[in-house]
Amino acid sequence: MDESTIASRGLWGDALVRLRHDRAASVALALLGFLALAALIAPLLSPWRYDSLDWQHLASPPGIADAHWLGTDRLGRDLLVRTLHGLRLSLLLAGLASGVSLLIGVLWGAAAGLSGGRIDGAMMRFVDVLYSLPYLFVVIILTTLFPRGSLAVLALALAAVGWLTTARIVRAQTLALKRREFLEAARATGAAPARILWHHIVPNVVGPVVVYGTLIVPQMILFESFLSFLGLGVQEPQASLGNLIYAGAQEMESAPWMVLVPATALVLLLLCLNVLGDGLRDAFDPRER
Amino acid sequence: MLKLALRRIAALLPTLLVIVTLSFAIIRLAPGGPFDAEQGVSPAVRANLERLYGLSKPLHVQYLRYLRALAHGDFGPSLRQRDFTVRELIAQGLPISATLGLCAIALALLGGIPAGIAAALWRSPAADFSVAAIAALGMALPSFVIGPLLALVFGIYLRWLPVAGWQPGTARYLLLPVLTLALPLAVALARLTRASLLEVLRAPYVRSARARGIGEARLVWRHALRPALLPVASYLGPATAFVITGSLVVEAVFGLPGTGRYLVQGAIDRDYPLVMGMVIVYGILTLLLNLLADLACGWLDPAIRHG
Repeated sequence: MDESTIASRGLWGDALVRLRHDRAASVALALLGFLALAALIAPLLSPWRYDSLDWQHLASPPGIADAHWLGTDRLGRDLLVRTLHGLRLSLLLAGLASGVSLLIGVLWGAAAGLSGGRIDGAMMRFVDVLYSLPYLFVVIILTTLFPRGSLAVLALALAAVGWLTTARIVRAQTLALKRREFLEAARATGAAPARILWHHIVPNVVGPVVVYGTLIVPQMILFESFLSFLGLGVQEPQASLGNLIYAGAQEMESAPWMVLVPATALVLLLLCLNVLGDGLRDAFDPRER
Repeated sequence: MLKLALRRIAALLPTLLVIVTLSFAIIRLAPGGPFDAEQGVSPAVRANLERLYGLSKPLHVQYLRYLRALAHGDFGPSLRQRDFTVRELIAQGLPISATLGLCAIALALLGGIPAGIAAALWRSPAADFSVAAIAALGMALPSFVIGPLLALVFGIYLRWLPVAGWQPGTARYLLLPVLTLALPLAVALARLTRASLLEVLRAPYVRSARARGIGEARLVWRHALRPALLPVASYLGPATAFVITGSLVVEAVFGLPGTGRYLVQGAIDRDYPLVMGMVIVYGILTLLLNLLADLACGWLDPAIRHG
């Protein structure tokens, strides 16, 4: 390839081109966009709400000719609408939790790397200790602190365990940046530490953080479904992929579609996110290949 | 090796103390109490209940009392499951959970590592593609999806194995749960083994060994495998955490009377002693298995052993 044209495109444009050449990642991106769009729009188009009961169709199997394309559950609630509702909730929670955890991780890691010395040691030691705890226990304990079913609390509990790896990545990047001339120049002109952190460190660590962020989102979706599956996350009548799968697993013998529909949605979602994440990592860091 | 082991064992107790203290603090700072759900309890009766279980004392007194009891192996009474102490509940469930977890780890190791070695040695475009596909699928299939799917296929359609339940002393009921727990882990281990063995096989010393005319089987077995297994051994720590959290789900899916439900139900009921007991038991298990993983790393890598 011609070196000069690549250089002129810059990091983002270059990554975008590489991503478009990655067929698996492109398909994943398209499918993901379709799923997200369906989750956003479809509940508005359907005559059913996620919690509306249809007494004429209790536990009816899937069928295109019927009123409910993907069947209903034991209470006559439309499974397609509920699954899409769960998809929306999962995406929303995972997005929120990933955003918060990335923000905490970037600030924590940058602050630790920038301070150096004993403060750095103490801050990273704290991260190490949290790492060694079984994180889902921490989440389980955190979810019991507050009334169950609160989405904000759930997002925070998920974010509380997601920021550790980000903090480590950002700290390593910050240590490398610290020795560069432009930071020395910033310090020499008397910029305050907070200004250096926000204006010089954070923009420079965004690349690796974005890449790691795409790997965090599927993890958060997994944790959320896990908690909801156990009954500690999203509560009925709200639908989440986790509690739909749990409810479906109880009815498996007589109505297998009740578990298959939400399970397929979850697997598809995770598959797309993982493939896209791998594609993005390759696109941003072609040396890894 | 002995020095390494002693150093790690010495570090266990402080870590355990941190876990106990943290979980005690978090659980007790939570709003809401274990007797909130009691119907028609007058304030006087509730105060009596709290005094009976020592909940009216200052927190630090409760903490010290708990630690002292703990040192004698006493986890206290369960607040919601009357007539049972936490120790009795754990003693009922732990053998089942432990059997489940250990069988799953063993199966994952025995299945995953050889599969990874095979995938690294016999490479072809088709094989590489199926490895990538299986790995991607394995990452996207959490245990609470695999479990119901396996139960659906083997329990309901084929009727080979029971869908759920438990009878003491019968392996049939454990087969699907163990498989559910082991499958994702085996995929992860195989992927790790394959990647690391491929990297080792590119190393200069492997090339020189080949140049000296050593047979391929001997090369892999005697020279390449040991360093290649190092990342696999260090993955055993996270793998334990995975098995423990996974067992919560698997026990719920297959209706096994293990310890997983105590943690979840205890958390919902705010049954403090039960949750604390479970956290401590799972904490000890995690620490011990991590210790084993560390020792395995030390055995594989002289630099760690003598470091």
